[in-house]
Amino acid sequence: MEGITFFSGLWFCLVAVLIAGYFILDGFDLGAGVLYPFIAKTKTEKAVIRRSIGPVWDGNEVWLLTAGGALFAAFPPAYATTFSGFYLAIMLVLFGLIVRAVSLEYRVHDEKWGGLWNLLFFLGSLLPALLFGVAIGNVYAGIPMSALGDYTGFPLFGLITPFTLLCGVLGLLMFMAAGASWIAQKAPKPSELQERAAKIRTILQICTLGVFVIVTVYALFGINLEMLGGLAAILRYLFAALFVVALIAAIFFGKKGNDLFSFIAQSASAFVLVGLFAASMFPNLVIASANSVGQNITIMNAANSELTLMWMTIITCVGLPLVLLYHVISYRTFRGRLTDEDLDY
Amino acid sequence: MDILSDVALLSRIQFAGTVAFHFLFVPLSIGLGLILAINETRYYKTRDPEDAAATRLWVKIFTGTFVVGVATGITMEFSFGTNWANYSRFVGDIFGAPLAAEALLAFFLESVFLGVLVFGRKKVSPKFYMVSAWLVWFASMLSALWILIANSWMQTPAGAVLASDGSRAILNDFFAAALNPSIFARYTHTVNSVLIMGAFVAMAVAAWYLLKDRNIHFAMKTMRIGATVAIITSCLMLVFAHSSAMVVVNEQPTKFAMMEGMYETETPPLYLFGWVDQEGQKAGGLSIPGGTSFLATGDWNATFPGLNDLAKDPMYSELDPANLPVNFVFQTYHIMLAMYVLIMISAILAIFFSYGKGKIRNMKWLQRLLLIAPLFPFIATQTGWITAEVGRQPWVVYPNAAAPGVSMLTDDAISVSVTSVELLITMLLFLVVYALLLVAWIRIMSGFIKKGPEPATEALVESMGGE
Repeated sequence: MEGITFFSGLWFCLVAVLIAGYFILDGFDLGAGVLYPFIAKTKTEKAVIRRSIGPVWDGNEVWLLTAGGALFAAFPPAYATTFSGFYLAIMLVLFGLIVRAVSLEYRVHDEKWGGLWNLLFFLGSLLPALLFGVAIGNVYAGIPMSALGDYTGFPLFGLITPFTLLCGVLGLLMFMAAGASWIAQKAPKPSELQERAAKIRTILQICTLGVFVIVTVYALFGINLEMLGGLAAILRYLFAALFVVALIAAIFFGKKGNDLFSFIAQSASAFVLVGLFAASMFPNLVIASANSVGQNITIMNAANSELTLMWMTIITCVGLPLVLLYHVISYRTFRGRLTDEDLDY
Repeated sequence: MDILSDVALLSRIQFAGTVAFHFLFVPLSIGLGLILAINETRYYKTRDPEDAAATRLWVKIFTGTFVVGVATGITMEFSFGTNWANYSRFVGDIFGAPLAAEALLAFFLESVFLGVLVFGRKKVSPKFYMVSAWLVWFASMLSALWILIANSWMQTPAGAVLASDGSRAILNDFFAAALNPSIFARYTHTVNSVLIMGAFVAMAVAAWYLLKDRNIHFAMKTMRIGATVAIITSCLMLVFAHSSAMVVVNEQPTKFAMMEGMYETETPPLYLFGWVDQEGQKAGGLSIPGGTSFLATGDWNATFPGLNDLAKDPMYSELDPANLPVNFVFQTYHIMLAMYVLIMISAILAIFFSYGKGKIRNMKWLQRLLLIAPLFPFIATQTGWITAEVGRQPWVVYPNAAAPGVSMLTDDAISVSVTSVELLITMLLFLVVYALLLVAWIRIMSGFIKKGPEPATEALVESMGGE
């Protein structure tokens, strides 16, 4: 396409990959946090859930910082418009992430405030898990923008429509399914917690499929986004099909009792869902709604200079292999189901 | 009620408040990271149960502090987009890259190996565990480098030109931008100050045990480690602070004039304390005539441009000397200097009396001094940072000859779509949430310290895994 260079196209894909990485990794620990008060009946079960995500949640969350940084570094107008336009929503996500991080670390040392930390861990997981989908729904459905790209709609409540709420619910279900899937493959087996997680995992995955169909139909017929044909169209069909296949595989593996494979298939579904979103948006980054003065923010009008993108690519070529290595080390060190001994670290 | 509807001012207050809070915990965790790594290395060498107990305690203290830094750090990365959208659009070609690099190259390393430190004691070899402690510290030092590259570029922009339509800055030389004129001086100055902070907190913990007359072995070991780090870093500070000041003199003359309260071109004296009369545009106080001039140039009689003359320079034409918080910057700068004197005195006393016979064990007054001494580096880093940030006003991107035309007034940097009502709501929420964090942190830390290191037994060493 005209105006899209090798580097700007590459960075569109890289930002999508970083978002997908975030949704997969922090997805399961956010989901575990949402399920935490419902799925864990005893103190030990609560401790198992916290311990299962304890060594990895921080690294998972760095994917969000990297994705945000990459959006800023590659397409600053898109970063500026969305973060300032979604101001209160972003702040709610932020407060969620803050209290969740601290409650997760402090709960184990603080019996007296245990109830408060448990509540904050749940709320702090719920807010981001719900609002990320709402934000993505808005980017896709379009927001009113000034000529300079500043959001002109009503703060926070202007962002909530039936469609964006549905996107929020889809995201929440995805995160919760991933959380249940994570717990099901980390909890001791056999245990009541593991059985409960496995059961709710299947229910959540079926609900996800249902809501996905509704969102897709709504997006295709209710929102008139002009989408590119050609390769982008092929990728859209492919990703949509793969999403359904991956989720069905996750359900299938779960039924077979292969919890690890079920989790991997669940993760794959999150990856292709972000792929589907990216292929639908390309080459747009933020859609301007029909009543907007401003234009869509696109790769063409938002990309940074080639020099900056080249340096960012060099930094990524050095950094990304290292990041993957750290993750291999971390997930290998803490692999396998938890035992009683793991709760005393 | 003008203030309550001024989006630029409210955004500045929110940013200042959240970054100041963040800047309590992150520096402390970088400083404590070094103390932890030293302790862990000592254990690795000795396999002494006491060292095992010590390093386990430091992991807890470090992690409990680190997590608040992480949590409040997300605020900062988001805030450029949420509250400073015009700024983000203007500098995005340069400023986004170091933030992304910080996450990619430093945060991942830090977070993954912190996971190993907290949960992996029994899962990895002692050597791997020790290396993890150093990696966490190294990563935190690296993240400080990237964020200071970003901040220093705002102070002394380089390697960029203004786009032909004037809408944004465009990178034209990556290395010139990253290695901008102030980065080395500001990085060494800042990082050294946070190491002082960690050392002083370690000494305060030790002093508390000495005062309570318990865990004496642990306390004396910790005191010696803290005092050693403190004396080295406090001495290095003389060099780093001087080079940092020289960069301000050469690259940010209006900041230097504010720090010394100079409205007119003059030979700056060295104030011990003083006051700036902003109406009368004059500074007064107890001072050594020509002292600052001597420190900056070796000449007691060199003159430096005052704010009124600088405002006539085309590069600084946006400067309005009558509307600058000169006294505020003067005071914060001189408080920082005063704190440094206290830091130096405390470090010398600590090193002198903790080695040898360890006389400090019976010196209650010195123990009490070192117990409150962390206040000095805490106040010094906060006031120093305020000096750096308020001193560059009215610009958010300070004009520099190395990037002609690339500058931005703070008032122009705001998010147009964010209203003052939204800001008031979030400021209130920040107040509530951060107050909770502070109270919780204090509770958790005092809990750890009161409980103290675990009993030093052979079983403890065994529980930590062998080769």
